[in-house]
Amino acid sequence: MSVNPELQGRVFPPVAPYLVGREKVREFSRAVFATNPINLDPEAARAAGYADVVAPPTFAVVVQEATLAQLLAEPDAGIDFTRVVHGDQRFSFTRPIVAGDELTATLAVAGVKSLGGHSMVTAVSTIVDASGAHVVTATSTLVVRGDE
Amino acid sequence: MTVIATPAPAPRLADLTVGDVVAEGAFPLTRDSLVHYAGASGDFNPIHYRDDVAVSVGLPGVLAHGMLTMGFAVQPVVDWAGDPGRIVDFQVRFTRPVLVPADGEAVVTVVARVGAIDTDAGVARIDLTVSSGEVTVLGKAQARVHLA
Repeated sequence: MSVNPELQGRVFPPVAPYLVGREKVREFSRAVFATNPINLDPEAARAAGYADVVAPPTFAVVVQEATLAQLLAEPDAGIDFTRVVHGDQRFSFTRPIVAGDELTATLAVAGVKSLGGHSMVTAVSTIVDASGAHVVTATSTLVVRGDE
Repeated sequence: MTVIATPAPAPRLADLTVGDVVAEGAFPLTRDSLVHYAGASGDFNPIHYRDDVAVSVGLPGVLAHGMLTMGFAVQPVVDWAGDPGRIVDFQVRFTRPVLVPADGEAVVTVVARVGAIDTDAGVARIDLTVSSGEVTVLGKAQARVHLA
């Protein structure tokens, strides 16, 4: 089974909103060895001009994850998740994620390429806040290994 | 933890020179680190905590989550910039896995250098060299930092 080239350009329905919790941000911050008080301490975050603790840059992957699950579950995608390797990852921010945000992610498949028996799928998840304003775009390239 | 201090003054673009090392870090990873990240991120792929599963899919052993490595690799830059919200873009390529032994640690080091300065946009590109042992584990690891 190989990746369906017709996935290219497909836009998926938005996933259910993700409510960013303060303790989740603190837990995630500790897990990635963040030590900046703005990640951990609401008072320090407020002093820096934020409503609450600020998530580390890669926290966006937690919000993105449901969109990647959508992609892997797409019946005609032809993506065997046991053969998926994460090739590269990018986050582009309009503003950082802050505890209290209600975020909605929408997936689009920007590209499907074949390369030496492998497929490369570029998944772009656009994440907006409750007002619809852009927060961050998370882009993953997934490498789907071909049959040996 | 209570932090009263006003936020640290941000580095200024005018003070930077391409090639300058602006931050460094060393992160000792243990299996505990991986379990902690699994819980915080929701990525429960067992190749990140079970040797038998890792070996069964052809890996030499349990690996750190690529997103964990990406997550801490940017932290020295966050501390240098003084505010996680100044990271406006962050990308990496996952080039080599970080093997984490059951009964020891794998130390991953980060060196952050100024890669480019865009005065008009008010952005410094910080290039990260992320290594475990003698080998680099991330490619094209770049954080764009908004500075005055």
